[in-house]
Amino acid sequence: METKNIMIVGVGGQGSLLASKLLGHLLMEQGYDVKVSEVHGMSQRGGSVVTYVRYGDKVNSPVIDKGEADYIVSFELLEAARWLSYLKPDGQIVTSTQQIDPMPVITGAASYPENLVEKMRSAGAKVDALDCLKLAEEAGSSKAVNIVLMGRLSHYFDLPDEAWQKSLEAMVPPKFLELNKKAFELGKKA
Amino acid sequence: MKQLMLGNAAVARGLYEAGCCVISSYPGTPSTEITEEAVKYPEIYCEWAPNEKVAMEAAFGACLAGKRAFCAMKHVGLNVAADPLYTMAYTGVNAGMVIGVADDPGMHSSQNEQDSRHHAIAAKVPMLEPSDSAEALEFAKLAYELSEQFDTPVLLKMCTRVAHSQSLVETSDRVEPGMKPYEKNIAKYVMMPGNAIRRHPFVEERTRKLQEWAETAPVNRVEMGGNKIGIITSSTSYQYVKEVFGNDVSVLKLGMTNPLPVKLIKDFACKVEKLVVIEELDPIIENHCKALGLAVSGKEFLPMEGEFSQNLIAKKMGEEVYEGRTIDDPIPPRPPVMCAGCPHRGLFYILSKNKCTVLGDIGCYTLGAVAPLAAMDMTLCMGGSISAVHGFNKARGAESEGKTVAVIGDSTFMHSGMTGLANIAYNQSNSTVIILDNSITGMTGHQQNPTTGYNIKGDPAGKIDLEALCKAMGFTRVRVVDPYDLKACDTVLKEELAANQPSVIISRRPCALLKYVKHEAPLTVDPVKCVGCRSCMKIGCPAISIKGGKAHVDNTLCVGCGVCEQLCGVKAFS
Repeated sequence: METKNIMIVGVGGQGSLLASKLLGHLLMEQGYDVKVSEVHGMSQRGGSVVTYVRYGDKVNSPVIDKGEADYIVSFELLEAARWLSYLKPDGQIVTSTQQIDPMPVITGAASYPENLVEKMRSAGAKVDALDCLKLAEEAGSSKAVNIVLMGRLSHYFDLPDEAWQKSLEAMVPPKFLELNKKAFELGKKA
Repeated sequence: MKQLMLGNAAVARGLYEAGCCVISSYPGTPSTEITEEAVKYPEIYCEWAPNEKVAMEAAFGACLAGKRAFCAMKHVGLNVAADPLYTMAYTGVNAGMVIGVADDPGMHSSQNEQDSRHHAIAAKVPMLEPSDSAEALEFAKLAYELSEQFDTPVLLKMCTRVAHSQSLVETSDRVEPGMKPYEKNIAKYVMMPGNAIRRHPFVEERTRKLQEWAETAPVNRVEMGGNKIGIITSSTSYQYVKEVFGNDVSVLKLGMTNPLPVKLIKDFACKVEKLVVIEELDPIIENHCKALGLAVSGKEFLPMEGEFSQNLIAKKMGEEVYEGRTIDDPIPPRPPVMCAGCPHRGLFYILSKNKCTVLGDIGCYTLGAVAPLAAMDMTLCMGGSISAVHGFNKARGAESEGKTVAVIGDSTFMHSGMTGLANIAYNQSNSTVIILDNSITGMTGHQQNPTTGYNIKGDPAGKIDLEALCKAMGFTRVRVVDPYDLKACDTVLKEELAANQPSVIISRRPCALLKYVKHEAPLTVDPVKCVGCRSCMKIGCPAISIKGGKAHVDNTLCVGCGVCEQLCGVKAFS
């Protein structure tokens, strides 16, 4: 199988590392070669962060380049737009509609673009946008946005539900498992 | 069993399997997780040392005593530890000694982009460079074999993409090499001139032997794919080359980048029409090829700066690349910022308000340079702030003494701030030093340090009292403030800048991200009271924005620190 590419993008501190751990576990269990490339250090302090997940028969590069992503999973709308050029011509964006102002917007040096979902669609991207923060809060914690997004992403994968559940159980601490299972279901059914 | 493992975790696994017993490191992105993962193996003693030089010397002591030892650091940390490294190359080892060094091409979290391979060449120490997690594990084990076989410390070089990428590894059991006998050997281990003169020829001979080893070592391998193009590469660049060309070009993949083979490279060059070297940062392999008289290209079309990727290599090699689509709107950048509730924010606001010249240091607080605070004038290296404020004041005298400060974190102060402080005490400049004590090593992800009272495992440990330390050095003016209290910060800063003696201000409050720190309820803004004056925006808190002309607090980010509240003239926050 040709290598498939998933990007997870967001704002440092939003929990993308758990999402990539979950995907890494899931895909390895399916027998694929997997590489996951993360960002640690300074950009985790509220900067733009990206994690690359690649899988297939044999994966070489740990990073995804412009025009290569089959999926972009985004925690935040501006970040989806920032990484849009990384999407394949027929790639799919799955994004939370949450908006977090970056510092240049906060200071008034720049403005937050409006109607980003429509604009990305006009640029020819398939965009699945939903209010993951609301769903995460419904599940019991605003921190569960990552798992709501994973639930939503599972729509696009031809994998049995048990496989996702198994990876959730392996990657989430038992204390938070029920909450995250609920978050996953809410994302999936939204 | 196959496991998905972070490159740094794979190094730790390799150390474990090789029977490593002692690890001493100083945290630094992208090297930190090696030691954090290693401490999970109870067979390995692990510690955070105050700096990389101490870490390397501690590890050397352990290897001298007869146990396999290791230390990890980032590329700039190797500069700090260069002193012991260059002479350890002469003494050689007793049990195996491996040094993990992680470069950061692209500067994801670093102040420069130096290439550690220069240190390997200059110190005359062998260097292995894995290209993924499986190699990271294997090379860590190989490093110990080489260390003991050739009587040398060995550098294991990671880079951000290898250190922070997960890929599949096969693990195996630990071997216990046991304790080697310690025998006094003055000629080998006491590096005074008479002995060192006799050790230097050994070092040169060792390099010749290692080069011979490199000619046939399995870690340097040829993957033939036709005779048109031959690419010599190493580390993560190898993965990009394979991604672009698969088996359509011939590749010489070098797992050992110091010393470099001669015959292997010449033979490879003979088999291909065009020879290219693809390596990140400096042209180390390329210059070696040129010195061998080979026609080779590399840095004439590839950048010296930043990370490579498959698209970059494809484009530079003349391939067509699809570069995706964009929207027309400009996308505002999202630089890293101090977190909501960061204790550094209040102090930096006061420095900004007092128009201080701020000589900064390395840590989260370097973000004090970002607008709107913009309260930093210089950041150089670990500990540089304190030494530089002394020099700055010596140069400008009273004019700068009243408005210039050094700012340095608690961990950075222990790393290399103390010697600068000794210089102020000894050579008497009227300098003001602010220690930003957030009770943890923040930027690298919360490592303990000598001032926190806990060790790497989180168990109680020795605790250095910063106030007592400064006083013992001769500072009579040592003040402690809470950076959440703007008024107190302002008063203390003004008093210490005005004083005609050197002083230390300790700005003390734990990092807001620490698990034990209890947060207050998020603040809210009364839109009726708020007049939209933007006073609260001067602190650059990511939780505050202006919505519809009024201040708005994001309750998912706000931790209720109350700094913004102190700036509001109309009491709109509650």
